[in-house]
Order: sequence, then structure tokens, then C-alpha cells
Amino acid sequence: MIMGSNIFDFSSVTRPFHEWLLENLSPGLTMTIEWSIIGLILILFAAISVMALVYLERKVAAFFQLRLGPMRVGPWGLFQVVADFLKLLMKEHIMNKEADKFLFNLAPFIIVTAAFLGLGTIPYALGLHIFDINIGVFFITSVSSIGVLGILLGGWAGNNKYSLIGALRSGAQVVSYELSVTLSILAIIVFTGSLQLSEIIESQANGWWIFKGHIVAWIAFIIFLIAGTAETNRGPFDLAEAESELTAGFHTEYSGIKFAMFFLAEYVNLFIIAAVGATVFLGGWMPFHIAGLDTFNGIMDYIPSILWFFGKVFMIILIIMWFKWTFPRLRIDQILILEWKYLLPINLVNLLLAAFLVLKGWHF
Amino acid sequence: MGKTATKSEMKTQEYFINMGPQHPSTHGVLRLVLELDGEIIKQVIPHIGYVHRSIEKMCEFDNYRQIVHLTDRMDYLSSHMNNEAVCLLVENALEIEVSDRVKVIRTIFSELTRLASHQLWWGVMGMDMGALTSFLYGFRDREMINDIFEETCGARLTMNYNVPGGVMFDLHDNFIPRVKKFVTHFKTKLPEYDNLLSDNVIFRERTEGVGYLSKEDAINFACTGPMARASGISNDIRKHKPYSAYDRVEFKEITSEVGDTFARYKMRILEMWESLSIIEQLIDNIPEGEIQAKTNALIKLPKGEFFQSVETARGELGVYAVSDGGKSPYRMKFRSPGFSNMFALDKMARGSKIGDLVAMMSTIDLVVPDIDR
Amino acid sequence: MDNEKLKSLIESWEPEAEVSFEGLQFLTVVVSPDKLHPLAEKLRNDAQTNFNFLTCLSGADYKEYMEVVYHLRCQETFEEMVLKAKIPTRVKPEVSTVCDIWWAAEWHEREAYDLFGIVFLNHPDLRRILLDDDWEGYPLRKDYDDPVNVVRY
Repeated sequence: MIMGSNIFDFSSVTRPFHEWLLENLSPGLTMTIEWSIIGLILILFAAISVMALVYLERKVAAFFQLRLGPMRVGPWGLFQVVADFLKLLMKEHIMNKEADKFLFNLAPFIIVTAAFLGLGTIPYALGLHIFDINIGVFFITSVSSIGVLGILLGGWAGNNKYSLIGALRSGAQVVSYELSVTLSILAIIVFTGSLQLSEIIESQANGWWIFKGHIVAWIAFIIFLIAGTAETNRGPFDLAEAESELTAGFHTEYSGIKFAMFFLAEYVNLFIIAAVGATVFLGGWMPFHIAGLDTFNGIMDYIPSILWFFGKVFMIILIIMWFKWTFPRLRIDQILILEWKYLLPINLVNLLLAAFLVLKGWHF
Repeated sequence: MGKTATKSEMKTQEYFINMGPQHPSTHGVLRLVLELDGEIIKQVIPHIGYVHRSIEKMCEFDNYRQIVHLTDRMDYLSSHMNNEAVCLLVENALEIEVSDRVKVIRTIFSELTRLASHQLWWGVMGMDMGALTSFLYGFRDREMINDIFEETCGARLTMNYNVPGGVMFDLHDNFIPRVKKFVTHFKTKLPEYDNLLSDNVIFRERTEGVGYLSKEDAINFACTGPMARASGISNDIRKHKPYSAYDRVEFKEITSEVGDTFARYKMRILEMWESLSIIEQLIDNIPEGEIQAKTNALIKLPKGEFFQSVETARGELGVYAVSDGGKSPYRMKFRSPGFSNMFALDKMARGSKIGDLVAMMSTIDLVVPDIDR
Repeated sequence: MDNEKLKSLIESWEPEAEVSFEGLQFLTVVVSPDKLHPLAEKLRNDAQTNFNFLTCLSGADYKEYMEVVYHLRCQETFEEMVLKAKIPTRVKPEVSTVCDIWWAAEWHEREAYDLFGIVFLNHPDLRRILLDDDWEGYPLRKDYDDPVNVVRY
């Protein structure tokens, strides 16, 4: 089955524009203009989505905690995030006298850059895919690991003892959990046989991998959720911050816009993890299809693909937020034990099982 | 470039961290100097006294009615019990017979205060462990108790409801129905507490087997309250030296032999059930009677020494007063439960991790003004 | 064990001790500072007395002499008694520490040192506990005067 013809293809907008530019301008200039537009849109998108996520987080937290959350600024407190952001912008930059100034200022940029690199490769909808390289999954997992460098630098350069402990914790944690994130995605890659995100999505036209991949996909998905939460340093794995232990962990010394950058990166990373999970396990922008039911599939195609994508991302983000507002924090040794003694072996066996299924051709 | 150090030349150094005086989980202004080896704690050196307000010195200038008002600034979460301790001391010294009504009212108030204190502790314990939601759950139920207090005596936290010889006002008409409503409400909510924290796998993993305090050590450190009872010591003042109406109610003294962080946690959860049962036994038969016995406006204690202990939410509060026959005590000493319990922290924390320390401090249930006085 | 028996027991251990209980809340033993440590050790370790719980340790200033008051309790039977060390001088009051007998005494003794200036010999860590390290004077002494912070009325 080929992908549904009713799905709105965003390339029908972008391609004529690209051709029109090419007709009038030189190819080099075309490229420059296109990349600047894309860059602008990405920054805007990141800013808006982070604001939305912060608002969502506060409302979700409020829902779990039997309160209303922000209600004063704007209708239902919608502009609270804007006000918070303005406050952060206007705050003073405070730096420890003994801090390593260059690294201290560099750390937030590294962490934000790593986050943005990941945003570029995600397929948002059919045809709305900035950077469709054939090693998409590999690219995302590698750039997301640059982020830990920012955390380590930020924790070290601030010359604060809490920050250093936070940075050390996060170094151990993120590096370990990256293994699990990658391996759990790999289990699906075995089914698809491709690292290219667009191909992974197309392979799910007759059903998402979470339904097609038997128990293997479920195990991989659950491990992905756990490891993804840990990789983004969110509760119950927020050891690098660990408010009640290390005051604010690795960003204790940061204030104002630099702190805002850490904040931004945290939520962008959350979005990326959710987006990768949605793409690999839940079909990305691919509507809910059941092989054989063509009418049903046709109806599903009328729902815009961008809605499918963001709906799935929203669901995963909600689950991750649910974790954060329910569970107590783990201890550092427990986090490492969980990864190296449980998740990693399970993952490896799972991968083997996936390979066996593919070898026998038992998947759909 | 200097030459690279060989392994034998390399030295490791202990990592010292100042936890506090401003820190989210020291619950006030307590300063702990941690000596760390990586994540592992080698020593905890507590520095206290940041909120020392010289209450003992102030007592030497105040009369006994005024002293009652000072005491609820010590352990503000068990303010009613603190007031009661001084009032009982005065009443016993002057041999004033308070009416049964007062005794029962005081007992109900004490248990409500204990519940409120434990609810707050439970919320904060969750927050210290990183489960932020429990904080709001604890406060939701605590709010009901505070409203009840507010209605009867006008204050929510530092109530000053006790006066030597009785209580300040009679109960509000709404008191009994509201307390009953609270008891039925909280009986459905306490299992929720268990669902959210006690039965959580992560919570269990983090609390079981850490922060061990043996029975011998607990006695040696003079630990009291739920912390001591978790180590197997039976030292509930309500049981062993009953005061007010505790001799006429049935309740179990909860003890455990385990002595770890989870045992200390569980003590307080079970204690809440006992407090509910005490309230239930008393609320329906509050005897009629005077709410204040006759006392002189200016109370003068006979010459001598007096000691009175009560069981607060944190443990035994002892009041030691030396009187020279005047209107103020010659010497007043408060044996606060937190002071002794806090001292055991170093012993408990050695060898565990920073995260464990935070959990341990929660189970000691610190109220820093109580330690510093 | 009743007070009568306890009294004779303590007197047999320490003939110079003043033991009294009539008209008092607890049986009270007053000893001189140099006799305190051996008696405390006996009270703690002897199976008959077994006062293993130091409820409270307080200093007191009586203008001519100073006292350290130990409220003791047997954890098993909940029997209680008071042990007092009467220090005849206020200039440099010294008494042996009991924190090797009851660990709990360590902080209480630091507090008594802090507020009364009573020096506990052989104490492992005798520093001020509640006040600043550079505080002058001992606030709970009766002759302590701080015209700025202490309000008299």
C-alpha cells in the first residue's frame, strides 16, 4: 500500500517557491535565502513551542496537584509564559568572580545549538521536512549527545560546588542513557532497514511499528520513554538539577538570558525526544492506518498530517510530564544500576529478538 | 608543562560542601558542612543557631502567662503541644485541677496539631525526594485542620489556645461537626498518601535500608518521637507518662525494629491513623465543664524545680523550670526534640549518598526554630 | 526500684552525695564536679539503675555557684532521676564531660558552655553552638548585661 493520496503535501507549497526563486536568482543566493527563512522559522517555532510547553507543563502540574496553575496574566494565564520570558530577559547577568568566563558563556550556546540541530531533521508533516538525510536517526542521536557537553562545561565553569556535582551526575547519566535510547530505536531500525526518517515513516503506512512490531516494539517503546526522560534530565531522573539536593544543579550560577537558554534547551530536547519517539514508533505524521481497510484509511487521511504529528508528540510529552509530577527522584547509583543492569541487557536481547523476527519474516 | 604525576604521587582531597544556611531541603536556616568522597558522605557537621532567639533568656524576664506565648515560636508545627507543656508545668506546680472538658479539648487539639504537622511533613518529605505533587496533597488536608483552629481560636499556626488553668475560649459551635467531617475526609485520603509515596517502587528503593539507626544508638543519642520509635524504642510520653486525657483513650504506640528511613516514614503514617482514632474516641463525648480554672492574674510558682514533658509531633519536649518564688522563672530550659534528634544525623548519614541525606533529614522532621530556640 | 532503695544505693556508691526526694518531683542527687563522672558511669552501666537515657542537660547559674543538671531516665522502666553537679566557682567552672557515657550530652554540653561558660573537660568538640564563635560573655549568666539587645522591664 502506498501512502494515502488525500494527505496534504507541503512540498506543493515549498517546491513552486523554490522553483520561482531559482528562476529569478542564482542558485547560491536561492540557497542563502531559503536557509535564512528556514532558520528564522525554526527559531520562531522553537520559541513558540517552548512557551507552549512551559505553559502546558505548568497546567499539567497544576492538574496533578489539585490547583489551577497560572490564571492571572491573560485569559487562563496564557501570557504568563511571555511575562516570565520578559523577566528572564531583563534580569542581571551575574557571574562568579572565579568563574571561567569564556566557558561559562559558551556552555549555554553549546546546549542550545545541540538542541536546534536536532530540530532541523524532524519531519513535521508530509513534505515539511527540512533536512532529510539518509542517516537521520543517527544524526539526531549524535547531535543530542553534544548537549551534555554544555551541561558539563556549565557545571564546571561556574566554580560552584553544587554545579560540579550536578555536572558530574549528568555526565554519567546522559552518556549511559544515550545507549538505551539508541538501542531501542535500533530495534525498529532492524524492521525498517533504513536510518532515513522519511523512509521510516513511509514504512508505517500500513500500520505503526508499535502495532506491527509485536512485543519487541512495545519493549523498545517503553525503554525509549524511560531512557528519553533520563536523557533530557527530567524528573524522576532530574539528578543534574535535583532541586532539593543541589539547589539548582549545573545551572546554579546562571541567571537571566543564559539561564533562559538552558531552560529553552531543556524543553526543545523534550520536544525532540517526543518527536523522535512519535516518528519511530507511532508513525510520525502518518495517519492511523489499518492494512486492508481502504475506506477507513482514506477518512483518516483527511486529518492533516501535521495534526497527526503534533498530536502524537503531545501524547508522549504528556506521558513524560506525568512521570515528572508523580515519581520521586532516583538516586545516582540507582539510575546507573537501572541503565546498566536492566535496560541495557533487556535492550540487547530485544534487539536480537527483532533481528530474529525480521529474519523469519514474522512481522507484518 | 610540568611533568605528569604518577599514580602514587596523585592525591585525592575531600570535597566540602556547605549545605545551607539557605538551601531548599534544610527547612529553614540550618547549615550542614558535608565532607564528601564523590557522592558518598564521609561526615556531616551541622552548624545550628541561625535562628537562636534566646527564648530561655526571655523567659527569665516574662511571667508564666507570657511564656506560653513564646513557646509556640519554637516548634511552630506543634505549637499547641508546646503551649500545653508550659501550662501543664504551671498547673502541676500549683496543683491546679483543670476540668475534664479542658483535658479533652486539649487532647483533641494536640492530636489535630499532630496530624497537621505530619501532613506537612509528608508533603515536604515527598518534595525532598523529588515528588513535588505530594506537597500539595499534604497541604490540601492540612488546610482543613487550620480552618478548624482558626474558627475556634482565631489563629491558624501559633495558636496560643492554652492558658495556665484551661483554654482561652470555649469551642466554636462548628467545631464538632467540622472535626467529624475532617476525620471522615482524611480517612479516605490517607490511603491516597500510601498510593502516591509509600507504595512507590522508587520511593521504597530510596528509603529502605538507608539511614540506619540502631536501638542502642538511638537511646544513646536520646532520640525521641517517631524517629526513636522506628528504632524500636518505646518512649511515647502519651503512653508512659500520660497527661491531659491520654489515660482515657485507647491507642497503640507504634514501634518498629527496622530503624531505616522507611521505618521512620511509616511511623508517622501509622501515627496519623492512631491520632484519627483518638479524635474519634473523644469527639463525641466532650464533657461539660469550666474551660478555665481559677488562677491568679499574676501566677507565681512555689520555690523549687519542675520538669514536664509532652509528646510533640517530633518527640519529647521537656520543660525544666527553676522557680525562686517570683513571677518569672529563675531558669527555664526547653529540651527540644529536634536538638537531640538532629545530633544523630551524622551517625546515620555516614557512608550514604547526598540524596539519602536529604531523605534522612526529612524523616528527622526538622523544624529549625525548635532546634535553635 | 523505689526512691528509698535508689537513695541507699547511690549513697553506698558515693557517700558524699546529697540525695533527697521528699517534696521533689524526682529523686535528686547533688555531687561535686570531680565525683560526677564516676557516679554517672555507675548510674548508666549498673544493671540495677540502668539510667541509659539522658533526657535533658541544663546549666544553671545561682550567683554564688553553678550547677549542671542531668535529667536521667531508664528507657525500659521509665524511672527518672535528677543528677546535679554543683560547681562552687563561677570564675572558671569546670566539670568532666559525660558525652562518653551518653552521646546525647555532646551538644547539650556545648550549649551549656555556650550560654553559661561551663567548661566540660575532655569534651571532644567544645565550641559555641548557638551563638557566634566570637560572642563575648555568656548570656544566660545572671550578671550578663547587654544594654543593646536585652530589654528589661
